[in-house]
Amino acid sequence: MMLGETARFAWRGVTANKVRTGLTTLGILIGVAAVIILVAVGTGSSRSVQESISALGSNTLTITASSTAAGGRGGPGGFGPPGGFGGGAPGLAGSTSTSQNATKSRNPEVTLEDARAIATSTEAPHVLGVAPVVSAQSVTATFQGASHSVSTFTGSTPAYVRIDNSEVEQGAVFSDNDYTSRRRVALLGKTVAENLAGSDTTALLGEYVAFNGVAFEVVGILAEKGSTGPQDQDDRVLAPATAVQDTLAGYGALSSITVKATAADAVESATAEVQSILDSRHGVTASDRDYSVSSATSFLEAATSSNRTFTVLLGAVAAISLLVGGIGVMNIMLVTVTERTREIGIRKAIGAGRGDIVGQFLAEAVLLSVFGGSVGVVVGLAGSQLTIVGVEPVVAPYSVVLAFGVAVLIGLFFGFYPAHRAASLRPIEALRYE
Amino acid sequence: MSAPVVAIAGLTKVYGHDETEVRALDGVDLVVERGDYVAVMGASGSGKSTLMNIIGCLDVGSTGRYALDGIDVRRLDERRLSRARNRKIGFVFQSFNLIPRTSAQLNVELPLAYAGIRSEARRRRASEALARVGLADRAEHLPSELSGGQQQRVAVARALVTEPVLLLADEPTGALDSHSTEDVLRLFDELAASGRTLVLITHEDEVAAHAKRVIQMRDGRIVSDERLVAVDAPPPRHRNRAARAVAP
Repeated sequence: MMLGETARFAWRGVTANKVRTGLTTLGILIGVAAVIILVAVGTGSSRSVQESISALGSNTLTITASSTAAGGRGGPGGFGPPGGFGGGAPGLAGSTSTSQNATKSRNPEVTLEDARAIATSTEAPHVLGVAPVVSAQSVTATFQGASHSVSTFTGSTPAYVRIDNSEVEQGAVFSDNDYTSRRRVALLGKTVAENLAGSDTTALLGEYVAFNGVAFEVVGILAEKGSTGPQDQDDRVLAPATAVQDTLAGYGALSSITVKATAADAVESATAEVQSILDSRHGVTASDRDYSVSSATSFLEAATSSNRTFTVLLGAVAAISLLVGGIGVMNIMLVTVTERTREIGIRKAIGAGRGDIVGQFLAEAVLLSVFGGSVGVVVGLAGSQLTIVGVEPVVAPYSVVLAFGVAVLIGLFFGFYPAHRAASLRPIEALRYE
Repeated sequence: MSAPVVAIAGLTKVYGHDETEVRALDGVDLVVERGDYVAVMGASGSGKSTLMNIIGCLDVGSTGRYALDGIDVRRLDERRLSRARNRKIGFVFQSFNLIPRTSAQLNVELPLAYAGIRSEARRRRASEALARVGLADRAEHLPSELSGGQQQRVAVARALVTEPVLLLADEPTGALDSHSTEDVLRLFDELAASGRTLVLITHEDEVAAHAKRVIQMRDGRIVSDERLVAVDAPPPRHRNRAARAVAP
């Protein structure tokens, strides 16, 4: 029998009982839509982590001191704005970290001189900018009775703002002159500013805010960076490193040095250049370095791989619901075959071959799953437009193709047994069936 | 003349084993020539339905030979058997057995579809067959919208559409009122008069009286075989032949 004929019979069979067809396709529909939406949520969340990491600058390098004695300091504590790393564990930096040497007599540290050496070196063509970073811990800001505990208090040079991909929304970045003259000025993150002055953050400009009792003049408000997971990237204060050393952090070693490479693909060259400069300054070699250089790329890789696991997991859960939908198709096809035993007998009596009967019922099962799959794709795509648990889903084209393809295959697979059963009915018994 | 339409020799059909053994057919010999109109009669349990199923290639006998239009049916596999049903035999059942929710036209087209005939030819032949049973104006009606007699005439059209060598009818009037019975029997008379071979199973003498030859069965055997008119003569009840002549 011809294909068009088979399709027509299948269509007739499927449309004969609309409620049942609707419920059966609903199972497939939910399965397909779930696969598409959940994979989109997974992809969306990994995309947002990637974006917040690259917002930091995928071409940013961070140099921190490292030793077994001060191992705890090697991690993100010294890394410019830790919020940007979305929970990246200290160990993740290890992919570009170099080995440590605790036998050195000198305390491992990175200094302002190191930063200056990198900045002024002619052997570092891939380095665009260098900023020393001094971090102050447990800083509480107070302003006209309001108080706020600042999660990140960073002291650096004016160049840091550019290196960190930050922008000043109101006011201006402190000047080089402010830096060298150790003026107590500060740029406030959005969260800090709002907690101190309410929504009208401009009121803070030119005012003095006390940080652990030391007054800093507010010269600007930083533009919003958003948050990554539990980390609020706007809960921060930026001030000249010199002033921070004077008041909150104390003199001596830097927390870290932030280096910006000329481009994302120059990160490796820049790393090598920085290492060669610091190796000679510290008198170390690759085997006994007392500092480590890490880049956002290494965090990005780690974050991407953990997100992939998450996406696969979500997809697997959705795939199970697709399988359940497939079992629903098989169930209803078995019922259909039983119900239409007599019709099968008639068809056989007037000359339908085994292949005709198998084809008809298989086509019905596939039609059910194709229909469910198509509507599922539409629902899945529509559902992916919504924000789900704070994640903006990003539809992965492969998930649409895969979910639809699997739905059709499920129709074939679960339709085969009922179709085979229908074709195996003996015509006289089928005709006698009431 | 070519091979007889049905040639059965020593046919038996045994159900069950040993103590529960039932001999539905117990050595049947039957030859139906081309153009004959045979009524098979018998009480229920006489084996007439089993005989009909075997003649219709829906079942096979336990022992004995059966040749349909010169073809040994016992040697056919399942696929060839279904093709034989499709090409050689037209079935008419007591309960009409039209496919529900499917128009008369499509019901009649169905055997042609299984024969792999293209849709234009199918439509034309189905329309012709419906016209021949006088239902050209009911082609688009569903079985549920037709009377019993009309449904049975659609079933006859479906049985005829493939131009089978044998029209096999199992109690074709069993579910019909007397008026519809008359319609269907008149149709059979016309078909027989136009040279078709018919075998019909019935337990009504009135119906059997339309046939050219009446066979009585009892306990799986043929107990009488009575010829009413010659094979090539018109059927006995066929009247007003000129007035009711069927368009070829």
